[in-house]
Amino acid sequence: MTDNNNLIVYCEFDEGHVADVSLELLTKGRQLATKLGVKLEAIVIGDNLEGIENQLFPYGVDTVYKVADKRLYPYTSNPHSAVLINLFREIKPQICLMGATCIGRDLGPRVSSCLHSGLTADCTALEIGDHKDPKTGKEYTDLLYQIRPAFGGNIVATIVNPDCRPQMATVREGVMKKEIFDPEHKGTVVELDASKYVKPEDFAVEIIDRHIEKSKTNIKGAPIIVAGGYGMGSRENFDLLYQLAETLGGEVGASRAAVDAGFCEHDRQIGQTGVTVRPKLYIACGISGQIQHIAGMQESSIIISINNDPDAPINTIADFVITGNVEDVVPKLIKYYKKNSK
Amino acid sequence: MSYNIIVLAKQVPDTRNVGKDAMKEDGTINRAALPAIFNPEDLNALEQALRIKDANPGTTVTILTMGLPRAAEVIREAMYRGADAGIVLTDRVLGGADTLATSYSLARAVNKFGNYDLILGGRQAIDGDTAQVGPQIAEKLGLPQVTYAEEILDINPKNITVKRRLENGVETLRAPLPCVVTVNGSAAECRPRNAMRLQKYKYAASTSEKAKLSEERQALLDKRDYLNIPEWSAAYVEADPEQIGLPGSPTKVKAIENVVFTAKESRCVENNDEQLEELIKELIANHTIG
Repeated sequence: MTDNNNLIVYCEFDEGHVADVSLELLTKGRQLATKLGVKLEAIVIGDNLEGIENQLFPYGVDTVYKVADKRLYPYTSNPHSAVLINLFREIKPQICLMGATCIGRDLGPRVSSCLHSGLTADCTALEIGDHKDPKTGKEYTDLLYQIRPAFGGNIVATIVNPDCRPQMATVREGVMKKEIFDPEHKGTVVELDASKYVKPEDFAVEIIDRHIEKSKTNIKGAPIIVAGGYGMGSRENFDLLYQLAETLGGEVGASRAAVDAGFCEHDRQIGQTGVTVRPKLYIACGISGQIQHIAGMQESSIIISINNDPDAPINTIADFVITGNVEDVVPKLIKYYKKNSK
Repeated sequence: MSYNIIVLAKQVPDTRNVGKDAMKEDGTINRAALPAIFNPEDLNALEQALRIKDANPGTTVTILTMGLPRAAEVIREAMYRGADAGIVLTDRVLGGADTLATSYSLARAVNKFGNYDLILGGRQAIDGDTAQVGPQIAEKLGLPQVTYAEEILDINPKNITVKRRLENGVETLRAPLPCVVTVNGSAAECRPRNAMRLQKYKYAASTSEKAKLSEERQALLDKRDYLNIPEWSAAYVEADPEQIGLPGSPTKVKAIENVVFTAKESRCVENNDEQLEELIKELIANHTIG
């Protein structure tokens, strides 16, 4: 079982389904593992894990570690950290990826602190490359380049962990693409005994209550997004965007500035600190286009910008630029859509 | 019952409102154009601490911040709102630290401080958005952690009950004390400054600030101990030089690039009925909509 130096992905799941973010990381992990010539491994910790490997193998996973114990579901920090810390000491992975979710961002730092391995949060790209230490001149090959925005998204930094292992990184949902590697791909399953990894005192924190609220909005999967920025001016003015979105069969999104100003709910925020989207059509209304917003929507197929300011930065990446008041333009778009659609 | 609470706070550049003058012509960041502010979620954490203090007389709230000596500004701000004392962990050798070296340094300071029941802090700081330092301090101190906290529902000498706000719901946890709790921006806003506290603490000064004051003001600080904001060095908190600053950071910045997006060839659509209708027809024709 001591197969070392591989790439491992911590997989989250709920109600029997592996989370999208984990499948996205497996897709990226498969590419990186192939490049490095190592195995892609996955670890699932929780309860009722029968058959979960069948959801993972098509993504090119070679080994699935399963740690099943009813005390390990729902997630709590210390027990899951203990499993990873003790397992990583055994199998010594070179890279560990996890989702930048409430779980991954709670778990990753704890594990990295204990193992003294570097962790980079919210990466937007992961690559393999070489590195030369500018001071010592020491050369490293095949490091994980952990690329992330910094300073409110105004710069992009490439981070490396030259000497510590595993090289750890978290990535937000929607940033990487999920793609089946081979539907017939099969790997091996390694069942681990939870009691060998977790001590009873790790269960000191108790879950008293848990309400799962299914997200009401699904902007990540929406084919059409009508997004509003600070330029919308008020929460009331967002109503117009809901009307347009409803007419076109889309969802409403918002920039961080609009969410911070209270015009729109946080779960509709698009950008580096919100959701990354790639719809067929993105209509940006009163959005100036801060870097951190553009990073979360630039891969949209068609971008329309409606803005008072003809020099709004977002216009440079838009396919269609309409200079004018959102309050004027949007009702006309609704009217002409109704007139021309069947 | 009273509690000794440490609130971790950070002075950060205000990256949320980055204007056009924030970038210099050569493409580097003009830090001078960005005001230094109290990290917003640390204020949410302070409010949770002050609510415990309100309900439990005798509770003390101490701010711990790591940064430049000017970070004493956030301690004064916290004092105006209800904190009792503060410590600035400041030392050149702490500079260039990644989250791991930062959490090690802060954990050493917490150990030096000693007698505490609860450590609170913001979920993350807006200059890095990593959310790592809280859990890493918890791990270094061997304490449990509760992240994404929205409200402290109950505290008693044995444990604390905390409501967490997650992506897809709400969770309530009970954790033994002492522990580390990091607070979300969705938690209650911090109370404003209190006029009487402003009068009481306006002359509060850190060790290096005090050295620059008039003799008269120095004498005032000597007389009133609560106005003194101590500065702690790496040596004072007995930090291992190998584990702090740049040498203690496993992650290294390989490269920094400015963000440049490839401009597209945009088509201007006049804001008139004819052109807007044409646009809609075109989008319907190529099956983008409809």
